[in-house]
Amino acid sequence: MVASTVRLFYELYDFYARYTEVLDDGPLECWPKFFTEQCMYQIIPRDNYDRGLRVAIMRCESRAMIEDRVTAVNETMMYEPRYLRHHTTDIRIEDSADRDVVARANFSVIETLPDELPRILMVGRYLDRLVRSDAFGWQFKEKLCVFDSVLVPNSIVFPV
Amino acid sequence: MPRTWPDPGSTRIPYWIYTDQDIFDLEMERIFCGSSWAYVGLSAELLEPGSFITTNIGDRPVIICRNGDGELRGFVNRCAHRGIKFCRHRSGQTKRFTCPYHQWTYDLNGDLKGVPFMRGVNGQGGMPEDFDLGANGLQQLKVIAHNGVLFASFDLNMTEFTTYLGESNRYYFERVCDGRELRLLGHSRQLIRGNWKLMFENIKDPYHASLLHVFLVTFGLFRADQQSQVKMDRTGGHGLLISRKGEQKATDATQDIENLREDFKLKDPRLLDPVKEFKDSATVVMQTLWPNLIVQQQSNTIAMRQVQPRDPSSFILAWTFFGYADDDEAMTIRRLRQANLMSASGLVSCDDSEVIKLAQDGINSDIDGYALFEMGGRDTEDTEHMVTETAIRAFYKHYRAVMDL
Repeated sequence: MVASTVRLFYELYDFYARYTEVLDDGPLECWPKFFTEQCMYQIIPRDNYDRGLRVAIMRCESRAMIEDRVTAVNETMMYEPRYLRHHTTDIRIEDSADRDVVARANFSVIETLPDELPRILMVGRYLDRLVRSDAFGWQFKEKLCVFDSVLVPNSIVFPV
Repeated sequence: MPRTWPDPGSTRIPYWIYTDQDIFDLEMERIFCGSSWAYVGLSAELLEPGSFITTNIGDRPVIICRNGDGELRGFVNRCAHRGIKFCRHRSGQTKRFTCPYHQWTYDLNGDLKGVPFMRGVNGQGGMPEDFDLGANGLQQLKVIAHNGVLFASFDLNMTEFTTYLGESNRYYFERVCDGRELRLLGHSRQLIRGNWKLMFENIKDPYHASLLHVFLVTFGLFRADQQSQVKMDRTGGHGLLISRKGEQKATDATQDIENLREDFKLKDPRLLDPVKEFKDSATVVMQTLWPNLIVQQQSNTIAMRQVQPRDPSSFILAWTFFGYADDDEAMTIRRLRQANLMSASGLVSCDDSEVIKLAQDGINSDIDGYALFEMGGRDTEDTEHMVTETAIRAFYKHYRAVMDL
């Protein structure tokens, strides 16, 4: 029992690490692969979330919509070049069945613009549902990023 | 330091108005705390007696609430005693406001009702005999609701809101806020590192939208050859940018765009699945209301964008997304989905927050320089096309009159 829990935790820890690696170091085209075809990805300000208000600053209702977001970031949006560094901590498995897991974690994102010192772009928590995938190990079926830093410094170009 | 507006004034905007603290202070006094109606929220945020919201008019913190009788009230969020910004919540429900420092207590009309130890303790201390509670209330605002939208003014004799709007701006305001109950969908806030006026220049400038916003142009949501109008009110302070959606195609109007992506087809077309819901054929109307509001209707995403200046080089852009109480779930989802184009990570509006920061970064190093606004001529007339900066020239005509610059 303990061994299987440790193994599951290790698998998820590795999965989250690979996820942030893609967001930080690219290529962004690999980001959609972390999601199932039918999925829900949202970045929502905490004050909306706490009050049951549904507006998110990013809302993708399928992997296809996530892919459209990637195309927009790569091809149509204008932004200052930047580096991001995501930190995922305190991953906790809330519930797990055969091939499904409910997990949560804290995250923070540090942004570095070319002529500026690094700054905290966003902090919050992930509320996730994952499924085991034969091809990919794990995938997110739902990923909800609830951020405390409700006053966003300028813009959020890349996903978290 | 004395400053001179460069000639010809209608097309040259000096950079010092984006950088000087003195100018900023004067703007707060004359524009935001002067004779204007500032947007402060939606009625949907203040449904019950005792409900309140806090916000800013310019850099001044204010409270808007419903008193015990359900009447709208507004006052400055600053204790009459020692200046404490006493209300620390963004919204809530209360019977009174109490300053945490010395527990001076105000009712929901902003009147001072209690000062602890006013008559002293054991015969010692206390306020002077002639201290008058009635003369020490909170600084009052005039507050009105127009079709579910709340506006406040520091000028207690402020003119009627509909007169302030003017005819064409009233028509377009009531096109979106038509009296139906509005449903609050949520907020989003950005701290943008640029002067607040750069936001208004941006929204009053249809020329940029057809070039910078490759996403809009790619999907035909906004293109320079589409049937459009730019309209102003009598003063030039308010403006309207009205346009109609076209197809996804390359035209003369797109040939100057370097990174146009004609072949970009959405893999999930639900992102752009607009349905017609307004009485005319316009698909986008961006309305700018002096001094702090942008009413956005782009397809089915409707939002209030409130501009809250912080200092000369930054402002908060507070977005309030809404729909109508009679929207069905499919319409609500459509609005939530289209919100992807807007706010802090908007597929479109992100371009604006980025470019505004770049503008401020450039301006900061050249306060003797000026910006040039000659696209579409040098006057401030309404136009039937969008290849123009006329609404920006009109804005600054009004700005100079109010600021006496």
